[in-house]
Amino acid sequence: MTEPGSRRRSLVRGTLSLLVAAAAYEALARSGYFAPALLPTLPTIAHTLFAGLADGSLIEHAAFTLYRVMFGFALAVVVGLPLGILMARFQSVQNFFLPLVSAMMPIPSFALVPLFMLWFGIGNLTTILIVFYAATFPMIFNTWSGVRSVNPIWLRAAGAMGADEHRLFWKVIIPGASPFIITGMRQAFLRAWIAVVGAEMIAASDWGLGWVIFDAKEFLNTDTMLASLIVIGIIGFVFERFVFGSLERTTVMRWGMVRATKG
Amino acid sequence: MQDAVTVITADNAPDRSQGGERLRVIWRNIFPFVVVGAIWEIIAWSGIFPRRLFPTLEEITTSFVNLTITGILPHHAIETVIRLLTGFALAAIIGVTIGVLMGRSRRAEDIFLPLVSIGAPIPGLAYAPLFLLWFGLGNLSSVLLVGFVSAFPIIFNSWTGVKAVKEIWVRSAQAMGADDRRLFRHVILPGALPYILTGMRLGLAQAWRILVAVEMLAAVPWGLGWLIFGARKFLNTDTMMAGIVVIALIGLALEKFVFQKIENYTVVRWGMISS
Repeated sequence: MTEPGSRRRSLVRGTLSLLVAAAAYEALARSGYFAPALLPTLPTIAHTLFAGLADGSLIEHAAFTLYRVMFGFALAVVVGLPLGILMARFQSVQNFFLPLVSAMMPIPSFALVPLFMLWFGIGNLTTILIVFYAATFPMIFNTWSGVRSVNPIWLRAAGAMGADEHRLFWKVIIPGASPFIITGMRQAFLRAWIAVVGAEMIAASDWGLGWVIFDAKEFLNTDTMLASLIVIGIIGFVFERFVFGSLERTTVMRWGMVRATKG
Repeated sequence: MQDAVTVITADNAPDRSQGGERLRVIWRNIFPFVVVGAIWEIIAWSGIFPRRLFPTLEEITTSFVNLTITGILPHHAIETVIRLLTGFALAAIIGVTIGVLMGRSRRAEDIFLPLVSIGAPIPGLAYAPLFLLWFGLGNLSSVLLVGFVSAFPIIFNSWTGVKAVKEIWVRSAQAMGADDRRLFRHVILPGALPYILTGMRLGLAQAWRILVAVEMLAAVPWGLGWLIFGARKFLNTDTMMAGIVVIALIGLALEKFVFQKIENYTVVRWGMISS
């Protein structure tokens, strides 16, 4: 079996399996065994999706969700990155923060949603803070272990070649820790993305993809739910593949650090 | 930095007794919580926020003890843990089966991979309203959702694990006359196990993170998520805090006694992580 031939065959099989799944769903939806309100047909879903995109409502919801997730994520990076570096470089900082971080990390961010709702009301602030809480810990932990895992030989070699503290930090420690930092960002974004959808559902405001899904449930608009689900999936996929993928390519891979992630 | 610190502690060590050293470590770990607790107390007593919304530590402790003695808190916790384990067991059985199949057979890989790749990037909670409509409020939806969400990392890792088994091990086992069953049991399974366990670890962590939110949305009769969410309606912030403490303790226990144990077990026994 030649390589292109086997590639084509798996492509055909993959498409076939998607088509079969879609056909099975369609048959189930049209069979009338389930209520059509609960199991809309594929054309209905596509229609809702395009209608939502055309009148801009779905795009606006997506914009609100993106704003919240990016704000919370940026906050997490701004707090988590320096804290992780400080923890790794100074024993006293580590002594103080490590127990706190280890105790707070296992609390799922959603457990705090009702509390934050009481404190900060419903809407943007609560959602952003929940996203921040969810994203900070992977950021801190990965930065911390990244800086600590910088090979001591590199530090000593750079020191022997006359690098001062400043250059040691920017030229050796940051690039050395970068695979971990980028992994941390990736994990942080993944968690932020989950957190924003959940927080929007519980701490419902009036915009956001999570809220659309939850609100549509009340009116049995299953087609709207599935259409928003598709949008959520696409945005998540784009971020995971293109944003973090290209970030990895332009930094870690160019510096030849990728093997370090595996080892 | 790191070097300097270890030198200092090494110099100090002989002067101190063993017990003093241990006390110092314990104090070092408790100290941050004392600081945070003190700040909390100051804010609570200062009256910047209404007392109902920002209870003092005494009030939180009292309601924690009361709820524990009356058995309400343990009941909630047990229900939550049962739900977590049921959903996770479902995910483990289905996930490992699909993952191993995908790793072993090209056909299964071609069939399942597109489906799994489409389902995986959507945050599990986004399916929650859908599951609620399809399976109703309550236990069934929440267990199914937890299982569904935690199945993805298990599938992916089992698949990668089986594919990562070195070709040469498989071939040498075959050359030594192993049949399919023994090849699977003695070569492929042990070879893929570290990955499968990592997948289970990730799956369990994800299940735990999502379960609390699912309990809030699915209106289950008992469960820590529901306890917290219900307490919000009556402004029982102390009950909420007690619930959050229990959630933190369960999470910590999962981390310490399950995840780290699994990791140590695989590292020590197979020596696979470093290779």
